[in-house]
Amino acid sequence: MNRAAGIAIAAAALLCASMPARAEKLVTSLSAHRVMITSNFTGVDLTLFGTIETDASSVGRTGGYGLVVTVTGPRQPTITWRKERVMGIWVNAQSRRFVEPPSYLAVLGNRPIDDMASPDVLRRLQTGLAQVQLPQQVGGDIADVNADDPFRAAFVRIKRAQGLYREQANAVTFLTPNLFRTSIPLPANVPIGEYEVDVKLFAAGTMVAQETTAFEIIKAGFEQFVANSARDYGVLYGFATMFMALFTGWLGAIIFRRD
Amino acid sequence: MQIYLPIADLPVNVFFILMVGVVVGFLSGMFGIGGGFLLTPLLILIGISPAVAVATVSSHITASSLSGVMAYWRRKALDLALAAMLLAGALVGTVGGVWLIAVLRAAGQLDLAIGLSYLTLLGIVGAMMVIESGRAIGRARRGERAEIRRPGSHSWFHGLPLKLRFKQSKIYVSVIPVWTIGFVIGFLGGLMGIGGGFLLVPALIYLLRVPTSVVIGTSMMVTLVTMASATVLQSVTNKSVDAVLALILMVGGVMGAQFGARAGQKIRSEQLRLLLGLLILAVGLRFAFDLVVRPDDLFSLQIPGGIR
Repeated sequence: MNRAAGIAIAAAALLCASMPARAEKLVTSLSAHRVMITSNFTGVDLTLFGTIETDASSVGRTGGYGLVVTVTGPRQPTITWRKERVMGIWVNAQSRRFVEPPSYLAVLGNRPIDDMASPDVLRRLQTGLAQVQLPQQVGGDIADVNADDPFRAAFVRIKRAQGLYREQANAVTFLTPNLFRTSIPLPANVPIGEYEVDVKLFAAGTMVAQETTAFEIIKAGFEQFVANSARDYGVLYGFATMFMALFTGWLGAIIFRRD
Repeated sequence: MQIYLPIADLPVNVFFILMVGVVVGFLSGMFGIGGGFLLTPLLILIGISPAVAVATVSSHITASSLSGVMAYWRRKALDLALAAMLLAGALVGTVGGVWLIAVLRAAGQLDLAIGLSYLTLLGIVGAMMVIESGRAIGRARRGERAEIRRPGSHSWFHGLPLKLRFKQSKIYVSVIPVWTIGFVIGFLGGLMGIGGGFLLVPALIYLLRVPTSVVIGTSMMVTLVTMASATVLQSVTNKSVDAVLALILMVGGVMGAQFGARAGQKIRSEQLRLLLGLLILAVGLRFAFDLVVRPDDLFSLQIPGGIR
């Protein structure tokens, strides 16, 4: 590391600390702000493009940039159950109620998240699956637990297996030193609702810029019609389904009449 | 061809689901049953949540039993008065079963309850059928005649009050056991997503001594009305009926049932009962396996109030 770069970093750090305007600025663009779940929906990848706009004070960063894209889905209270053997059979015995954890959480980086900043900084910024707070209800209190708590670990593991939680160190690609791209994988079982995309730029162990954007996932067309009718007009929906069944059965009896 | 199920919230292959419908329809046509006890576990196996599976199957059985009812109606081989009395109990039972699903879901124990009910019911019924049909086959081999039903024999409940004469069935019996049988069938139908034909037919024959000629038609009539009301009740209470899934299953089921019925006519009745008994037992054992064997993952997630 040469002296000039060292001075530049020190100057940049000073500027960051003293001025509200950051040296780097993130500009991002999503390929879509609305994802429609239609009857042929089998999952989709959204693409996020972004540039890092720099000015005179930000030249000569050493160690390069660290970029983390965190995609957070709608929050959904969830209970994690643990089975135990009771009288020879396995039953759900113990449970922990997670207070509003994200239903979807993707942490996408250009290199391992742990390399980007110190553990304290990452925890404060809730960056990385191990650092995100997943508060549990413990009695009357709400508290987060450490990352190796068995219920928390199981929650994250099952969510990962469902493809709804992920942490990927090589998901963000830099096309030029300042232009990056990543794709946000949305599997078929992705929950509907509002999604927040949070882009954090790290340099030399601190966050130097942040940008948020959002998209929504909605059911569309026939899927939306059926789901909404079932939710809002249960009685009507029930009778409609019943008559559909009666009609199908009647049609079957007419078509295949044997006697 | 993949299609996204709006209530079950997952994509499935249309042709695969259609084939499931055809296979279950084939077996139900062959054995003269609704097929709910096969279809519900199959849907759960595919990954559809138990609540959605139970509710959706009830609409499927509505469709398949209507075809049967129409055939028996034309031949006047059903006892409407008896069916009405059974239904009086069954509808109360269905409300109870659907309500219990909501309670168990809230407590996180629905999977366990469904597993245990299936294991118990299918284990007992399957074993009884296998033993009974095995004996019948043995008798047929030895050239003995089957036991003849003695119409005069009375059970203890023939002494109960509120007696009614059911002309078509030629029985004179108290409505209390009729309501009770109806209640049990309706309750299990709401809770387990089964039409209950494989329970109701023996109950009518052995307990109420209804002549075989009207038993199946009457039983199908009860199944039809119970499952049609279960469809509405599940939609209102649990919002878990997936109409898209139901439609695919129904279309497959109606087609399969036609071929099944033809296949069933080629097999002797006691052999048919043995096969059905083995099938019921196998499904029961499958549930036993899941309950007894240590699961791969002891943990599971539940979203309160959600369908999954």
